Amino acid sequence: MFSLSQASLNHGKQRVLHDISVSISEGEKVALIGPSGAGKSSLLSLLWEQHPADIALCPQDNALVDILSVYQNIYMGALSRFGTFYNLLNLIRPWPARRQEVSTIAAQLGIADKLMTSPDQLSGGQRQRVALGRALYRKQNVFFGDEPVSSLDPAQGDALLGDVLSQHSTAVVAIHSPELALKHFTRIIALQNGRIVGDWSASSVSLAQLSAIYSGGQ
Amino acid sequence: MTTDTAHHRAGRSTASGLVRLSTGFIVVALLALMIADIHLYRPDPWQELGRIGLGLVTPTWPDIPELALAVGHTVAFALLAVAVSAGLGLLLAMWFHWRWVRVLAAAIRSVHEVFWGLLFMQVWGLSATTGLLAILIPFTGIFAKVFADILQQQRPHTVQTFGAASRINRYAYGWIPKAWPELLSYVRYRFECALRSSAILGFIGLPTLGFHLETAFRQGQYSEAAAVLWVFLLLIASVRLWLRPRLVPLFIVAAIWILPEMPPVNASFFWQFISQDLWPKALQRGDIIATGQWYAKVFMSDVWPALWQTLAVTQIALVVSGVLALLYYPFASRWLVGSVRPLGRFKLLVLRSVPELMLAYVFMLIFGPSALPAILALGIHNGGLIAFLLANNSEDSSHTQRPDSPTGAMRFFYQDLPQRYPAFLALLFYRWEVIMRESAMMGVLGIATLGFYVDSAFEEIRFDKAFFLIVMAAILNIVIDSLSRRLRKRAGLRTPLM
Repeated sequence: MFSLSQASLNHGKQRVLHDISVSISEGEKVALIGPSGAGKSSLLSLLWEQHPADIALCPQDNALVDILSVYQNIYMGALSRFGTFYNLLNLIRPWPARRQEVSTIAAQLGIADKLMTSPDQLSGGQRQRVALGRALYRKQNVFFGDEPVSSLDPAQGDALLGDVLSQHSTAVVAIHSPELALKHFTRIIALQNGRIVGDWSASSVSLAQLSAIYSGGQ
Repeated sequence: MTTDTAHHRAGRSTASGLVRLSTGFIVVALLALMIADIHLYRPDPWQELGRIGLGLVTPTWPDIPELALAVGHTVAFALLAVAVSAGLGLLLAMWFHWRWVRVLAAAIRSVHEVFWGLLFMQVWGLSATTGLLAILIPFTGIFAKVFADILQQQRPHTVQTFGAASRINRYAYGWIPKAWPELLSYVRYRFECALRSSAILGFIGLPTLGFHLETAFRQGQYSEAAAVLWVFLLLIASVRLWLRPRLVPLFIVAAIWILPEMPPVNASFFWQFISQDLWPKALQRGDIIATGQWYAKVFMSDVWPALWQTLAVTQIALVVSGVLALLYYPFASRWLVGSVRPLGRFKLLVLRSVPELMLAYVFMLIFGPSALPAILALGIHNGGLIAFLLANNSEDSSHTQRPDSPTGAMRFFYQDLPQRYPAFLALLFYRWEVIMRESAMMGVLGIATLGFYVDSAFEEIRFDKAFFLIVMAAILNIVIDSLSRRLRKRAGLRTPLM
């Protein structure tokens, strides 16, 4: 479904990805791990560009429109499903049927009572739930996330990640925690300094091996 | 953005609060439409419009040295006024923590350049003194406030290392050098404003470009009027090319040399003007009751209708500016309409370079003398100015937008517009007080706002009445300024840097 061969990426003069070859097939749930600045986000966006229309994306920051309501922010996942006029009217007054659907998602995420407030009034964790809400409302089979639960406490993050992954057949997620990577994913790709330094199936790798990636060794 | 402000009650988005606020302003503007004196005096505006349009593309000027001298005067007034007022403003800014300095600055900037001009004209006639003072007094007030804001936003680290240095030393070694680039760029922007003010003063008779523009328009010489207008636009557009920082001292010397005659200051005449002419006879006699009656009478006959008209024009023009800004800006943002933008920065720059009074004058020739030309002129000018800043803002933030942002109209309505809206409202509220000042001033064209009554009072040589009207205009301006500040704060809108 996704494949890169010997791909590189520069940001300005700096090379952020070197010689990346990887292919990901349907049904795989892939965790991208590695220290900050290893190139996880860059790899994620390279892969995203291959099927932008079919992916529910949950980017790291600036993911929300601050002053619109939580409802509108989640609804934005469905803009491409409806016509321009329908979307415009929804901006003035939410359609009852859509509001019903969006509140169901908000309830799953634990922000049902925040539906009509806006993200600028929410905590970091709550904002992250809204961003996940938009991804869920895209209703795609593929989920891409960049540290999607980093602002939640570990137990909540764990539960929510499991929930989101269960609603998608394929997923690629950059994640900081080796524990979550092992628990929820079928395949783990490790990056360091813009290169792939490990590519394992989750059943064949240990927590100690993964933790070593963060301490600089392999 | 703050989360604890009044309208952030649970269960309401920030957007819905801002929409409610905007709706309030629209309702007020609709009510104002009923009060405002809006008429179409010319049943067939197209003929006049055609002649003006023809003039615009066939600019001619018979006497080039005369035009060059007018350009020289326009630049000289602006340059000298800015040089002096920036210095005075900086001094005032250093003591801005004193209440009386803030009150003084607010008072002198609340009176429009044209009103200062009309006032000083009674003493010094159409001289350099009148022109210079008319610009530099309000500009000193504006510089004081903005400089104080800029200095306050600097981080205190450097100055904290000084120990117990005197205030002047703390500013000279710490605050001012730290803020220098920002101060300088604001002075540069203000110089453009001063060029506009200087040109405008020509409408009341000073020998700047506005004088020739008004004369040509009045005589129906649209090609000559167009020549003046194009020269003025070129002058503003090319400021950065000819006003090199190193050449400024040279320009200042040249400006002093080119200034029209400056009459000697006649102290006793000036003293009589401010101690007697500006006040009603009854007050000079010490008759308090008759003074009260006089003020009450003038208030009912002149001030009251003038205030209502000015407020009505202001509120309508404010909403028109806002609507136009929101209509223009997406077409000037690369992120929203792609690289072929129907409204480039250049067109928006032209829109904001033409002084409101000139635009209003042209519209008045087309539609006749009602509030309509003033509203259109204020709306187009301020709409262009705000749209320019919003379009820049929209393009700048395009680099940090998420890759799966919506496209087309949905990108505008669901993402960019809500992201720009708080800044948009802040800018609009920031212009509110400016729009009011300009609405009042436009009365000199014959529109029934405060300026009309001020102008008539001066014509009747009733200085006491004119002065009363000017003071009332200033008070209205200060009230709107503080209302705007309060609304911005309540809605959690940060003050934008212009």
